Amino acid sequence: MTAASVPGALTRACRTVRPAGPRDAVAGVVPSWVAVPSGPGEASALLAAATEHGLAVVPRGSGTRIGWGAPPRRCDLIIDMLRLNRVVEHEAGDLVARVQAGVTLPQLASRLSAAGQQLALDPPPGTAYGSDGRAPTIGGMLATGTSGPRRLRYGTPRDLLIGITVVRPNGIVAKSGGKVVKNVAGYDLGKLYSGSYGTLGLITEAVFRLHPVPAAAVFVTAGFADTAAASQAVAAAAGSDLVPVAVEIDRPGRDGLVRVAVLLEGDPDGVAGRAAQMRGVLGAGTATSDSAPPWWGSARPARLVTGPHGPAEPTVLRVSFWAAALPGVLAVIDTAGQDAGLDPAVGGSAAVGVLHVVLDGDADPAAAAKFVAGLRDGLGQDLDAGFAGGEGPPARASAVVLAAPAAVRDGVDMWGPVPALSLMRAVKEQFDPGCLMAPGRFAGGL
Amino acid sequence: MTVEAMVPRMTEICGPGGVVTDPAELRTYECDGLTSHRARPALVVLPETAEQVAAVVTECARAGVPFVARGSGTGLSGGALPHADGVLIVTSRMRRIIAIDPASQRAIVEPGVTNLSVSTAARPYGFFYAPDPSSQVICSVGGNVAENSGGAHCLKNGFTVHHVTGLQIVTPAGELTWLGDGTGSAPGYDLVGAFTGSEGTLGIATKIVVRLTRIPQVITTLLAGFRSTGAGGAAVSAIIGAGILPAAIEMMDALAIEAAEAAVACNYPAGAGAVLVVELDGPEADVRRDVAAVRELCEQAGATEIRAADDPAERAAIWAGRKSAFAAVGRISSAYIVQDGVVPRTALGEVLDKIAALSSESGIRVANVFHAGDGNLHPLVLYNDAAPGEAEAAEQLSGDILDLCIQHGGSITGEHGVGTDKARYMPKMFSADDLDTMQLLRCAFDPAGLCNPGKIFPTPRLCGEVPGPHRGVHPVVAAGLAEQF
Repeated sequence: MTAASVPGALTRACRTVRPAGPRDAVAGVVPSWVAVPSGPGEASALLAAATEHGLAVVPRGSGTRIGWGAPPRRCDLIIDMLRLNRVVEHEAGDLVARVQAGVTLPQLASRLSAAGQQLALDPPPGTAYGSDGRAPTIGGMLATGTSGPRRLRYGTPRDLLIGITVVRPNGIVAKSGGKVVKNVAGYDLGKLYSGSYGTLGLITEAVFRLHPVPAAAVFVTAGFADTAAASQAVAAAAGSDLVPVAVEIDRPGRDGLVRVAVLLEGDPDGVAGRAAQMRGVLGAGTATSDSAPPWWGSARPARLVTGPHGPAEPTVLRVSFWAAALPGVLAVIDTAGQDAGLDPAVGGSAAVGVLHVVLDGDADPAAAAKFVAGLRDGLGQDLDAGFAGGEGPPARASAVVLAAPAAVRDGVDMWGPVPALSLMRAVKEQFDPGCLMAPGRFAGGL
Repeated sequence: MTVEAMVPRMTEICGPGGVVTDPAELRTYECDGLTSHRARPALVVLPETAEQVAAVVTECARAGVPFVARGSGTGLSGGALPHADGVLIVTSRMRRIIAIDPASQRAIVEPGVTNLSVSTAARPYGFFYAPDPSSQVICSVGGNVAENSGGAHCLKNGFTVHHVTGLQIVTPAGELTWLGDGTGSAPGYDLVGAFTGSEGTLGIATKIVVRLTRIPQVITTLLAGFRSTGAGGAAVSAIIGAGILPAAIEMMDALAIEAAEAAVACNYPAGAGAVLVVELDGPEADVRRDVAAVRELCEQAGATEIRAADDPAERAAIWAGRKSAFAAVGRISSAYIVQDGVVPRTALGEVLDKIAALSSESGIRVANVFHAGDGNLHPLVLYNDAAPGEAEAAEQLSGDILDLCIQHGGSITGEHGVGTDKARYMPKMFSADDLDTMQLLRCAFDPAGLCNPGKIFPTPRLCGEVPGPHRGVHPVVAAGLAEQF
């Protein structure tokens, strides 16, 4: 197809529409056009027009995670949300903020900090290859459901989201929730749209519960010679009554040191006292600091853009598991790595059962595929034989490939097995009957 | 098929002791905690396993018979109101705690397990189950999932939806399936989150994976008396404004205090126009500092008396008045309506004044008990059911309070649910498009509309045929928008 001229139906719906270029590609799929709506009205008209003409649409914020997920089967139109960038409402006394989807996290943070408040989510910035330094938007964070180390205390985006406005593919604008923290009226569509990768419609506005900015924060760090000792330290920290806000681990390679860091927040005197106690919990060789260790947040940009050992785009997986399985999961990663001839870097929020596994950008695609398959196979084995007499969930761990270079992406199932896929398919068919919203980008080919 | 014709098969599935057909016995299930709505179910079954629930639902789906799930029946919105021509599926015999995994901070329980017994089972490991609805001694976790139950301490700890990470459900078609994997980050749509709070309309939870929370180092409860709810409200704003996040902030007004005093002699500050109960928990040093700050802020707001307790017995004594308030009101009024509405915390004072004005205009008394920290009002609308017209006037006032909540940007329910009771208010809070969009989820799970029909939504949506994805010529080309070379 040649670069098509911009269709009139789109320009009638939205004043700013331009032909797309290679930099607009979504996981390798180059769209035809990029539209930049100036507000929710244009966003709604745009989706209605796109659907009327059968155009496949992918919403985009800053693009820091635009390459995540499987390549869409089709992508005709990118809807760039960066002009929906207003903090619509911040009622400090209610600890609530209403924001448009294109607001960036630092933009919101600077607005809230004046009142000593924060949206207590810390997804790493700019994790997509080539988007270095750009800040994620509210809409992108919600759509990918990403969170950072502090999810141990504050939860993930869906936990702090109290209201959402979306545009359905037919242009209909719908909201659920509201702007009060406590509210059980109607279905909570915010949960459904959180982490839906743009496959159900366009998120245009969100309302969040806020938290006060703590007076003090201290990091307690320790290094361990092996994963068993590190796992014990993680469990001890998470099980303590010292209220850790985050418990992270970092292991650059199979045979290296395993680092553990615990974040404590609160009153300065209280935090100092708890930090001293936490050093006792973690054992020998600990240190405290007011600033995060350089490896904090396993998916931090420098590492992902350059890769741990080289400049090429790495493969990044998110492994989720029941926290008690940490040593077993690390062993599975090691075995899969050895079998594939790879030595991945591992790090993440160990206490909540989330690790990021990073493969070198120059890793052989066949080896990467072998690693992913081996990892999923290992996680599928019962890591805790006899748990709950077999009455628990059939799978209690998963490995999702978040991002990968094209050669690796082509050879792996990015999402792996998904529980309740037939219900998810039914949800997709109801919300996007024409299958035009980011088709194929999501789990199970949705 | 009529429900009567299903009895032999239901007896096969649940056993003779698991099927109720006797009319007198059926009547005991005709309402939940909201007694103003009643319907006698055609049949009640009491399954003991998830497989039995699946078999029962499969029969209902095959026969086109509606079904409703019920846990302990403590709900306050008629969410478990039976269908007169349907089957009521009672989960109270499914009460096994299947696993406690303190190292993963998880437990797996059956839906009939009571809320409090999860905490009791987790306590030896140093953990508890955070959502604590006031009926926690008797209400079931399955019911909590359906209603997304809160409680006094959800100000800090969140609601049921923040503490459920996996669900085994029976779909409205009768299939047994797991939503999520218990991690809280399973790949795919967050169906666990969407199901929680869907008031039994998307299926029946048969196993629930809950998150366990570490028991705090110390808990301190403060009781502060004020001359008025306005002064108490000012203290609440000051506490939140100071960046303090208590576990709970509860308020009672003079009438509620009077009722509690008469019922349990809670010995609240004499002559107070309002009392605040503020609970702080966490590491000792942090709590000590926050307690001092809260004391000072309450004094600045004009507190007439402040008491503090760390000891469990003394803390329980402070809570006794608050916890007895609903029942206590029964002693000063022959009948009353428990309302549940939410306003932004900053609108509390104004809304309370307007409720007082509505009360004096109508001559209907209102006692206010509320979760002040999150703006969740529980006005108790008192009336004499023997006096002609009073019940209607009380109902009117109760509805007017919901209108006030909506006008101030709040919600028609903070924790009791929409159920049967408030479906008619939904169009005041949501547009037709909002409600239609929500019901897409219903159509995905329950296209036949058999699972707890008539709840939440005033008008059911016809689910219809779902068009498939576009195939054939690229639609851009077909529409003449582009050419292919």
